Amino acid sequence: MRTNITRQQIHSPFVAKIEELSGQNLLACYQCGKCSAGCPSVDQMDILPNQIIRFAQLGMGQELTESKSIWICASCMTCNVRCPKGIDIAEVIEAIRQIVLRKRKDHVEVKKLTDKEKAEVPPIALISCFRKFTS
Amino acid sequence: MKLSYFPGCTLKNHAKNFEDSALCSLKKLGIDVEELDRWNCCGTVFSMTTDDLIHHLAPVRNLIRTKEKNSDKMMTLCAMCYNTIKRSNERVKSDQESLDIINDLMYKEDVKYEGDVEVLHLLEILKNDIKFENIQQKVVKPLKDLKIANYYGCYLVRPKEIGFDDLENPTIMDDLTSILGGQDIDFPYKTECCGAYETVDRTDMVANRTYQILSSAINHGADVVSVSCPLCFFNLDARQKQTQQKFPEFQNIPILYFSQLMAMALGCDEKSMNFNLHYIDPRPLLKEKGFI
Repeated sequence: MRTNITRQQIHSPFVAKIEELSGQNLLACYQCGKCSAGCPSVDQMDILPNQIIRFAQLGMGQELTESKSIWICASCMTCNVRCPKGIDIAEVIEAIRQIVLRKRKDHVEVKKLTDKEKAEVPPIALISCFRKFTS
Repeated sequence: MKLSYFPGCTLKNHAKNFEDSALCSLKKLGIDVEELDRWNCCGTVFSMTTDDLIHHLAPVRNLIRTKEKNSDKMMTLCAMCYNTIKRSNERVKSDQESLDIINDLMYKEDVKYEGDVEVLHLLEILKNDIKFENIQQKVVKPLKDLKIANYYGCYLVRPKEIGFDDLENPTIMDDLTSILGGQDIDFPYKTECCGAYETVDRTDMVANRTYQILSSAINHGADVVSVSCPLCFFNLDARQKQTQQKFPEFQNIPILYFSQLMAMALGCDEKSMNFNLHYIDPRPLLKEKGFI
């Protein structure tokens, strides 16, 4: 992938917002890749967990907010417990999801779920899905 | 020991088999539990962003309900409730400013929350308070020759603040299985995520996960898979339908809550197991083994 990086982008409010919402220091990451190696969902992701951190460091907001990966991550926390630098990667991904959701862009549209779909799953599935994927 | 019990949304319907078998087991062990009055949904997932305090209200409100019962211990069964409420509790205990804001938002509550309730999972209580050796003495029907793969999933063990067991190789459920007379089967997918709530809009992804997790358990010789979370239960049990459609060679395997195994060993009535709630009926296997 070819991309242009500018100082302005790196110092953009997007990077500050991610750090604020996640409570993480993005520059602590040295790209060892352990998060992506242990993630059970990488086969479905377009941007891998370690790449998400790199993109976030570089302020590549559009790529992140439009990625599939942020909706594939189910916050299982495997990356968090294995990161040698103690970065909570799942919190960084949550911060990106929140940036999208707080613009009222729901990922799961409740109205589009059929009665059958809603009835077959337990309440715990619906509530957690709506908590994570709707604003 | 008097414990306040927080059931959560799914234990009263889809996971009635979890609730009834756990409560029957506790009765057999001589432990008194009292369900909280006016409990509310915990929110099912912990609020992960630093500025999002409003979603800590639901867990904290349940902690207030516990205080109203003159109790300082809340027992949960569901792994997700446990994770959500315990983490919210830890969060407000370590941040007085957030706790003050949360108490202010709930100004109509008679009791203020001061970080003075302990959140416990049933497995912790069995191990630390009741003690496994005492449970062993009450076993009337050992689970002889039953090969059990214990699946821990995510929320019982991660993140490390939960402090429940080893992060990579938890053993508490295996230890329980052993004292009940069963044979625990180790398998590499015991802490792998089942896909959780992705089951609502990505059934296919969950079918892949179920296939991986359960095939591994089966290949390691398991007769049944034991779980502690109603969402894991749903994904591993009911989603076997989609798993079989996608992978025709896949063989079904019954899923049980650890509490059902315990209730069976302690001699609880079959009624408390609610086997009618299972997609894969465990009864033929359990009958064959002589447990029911």
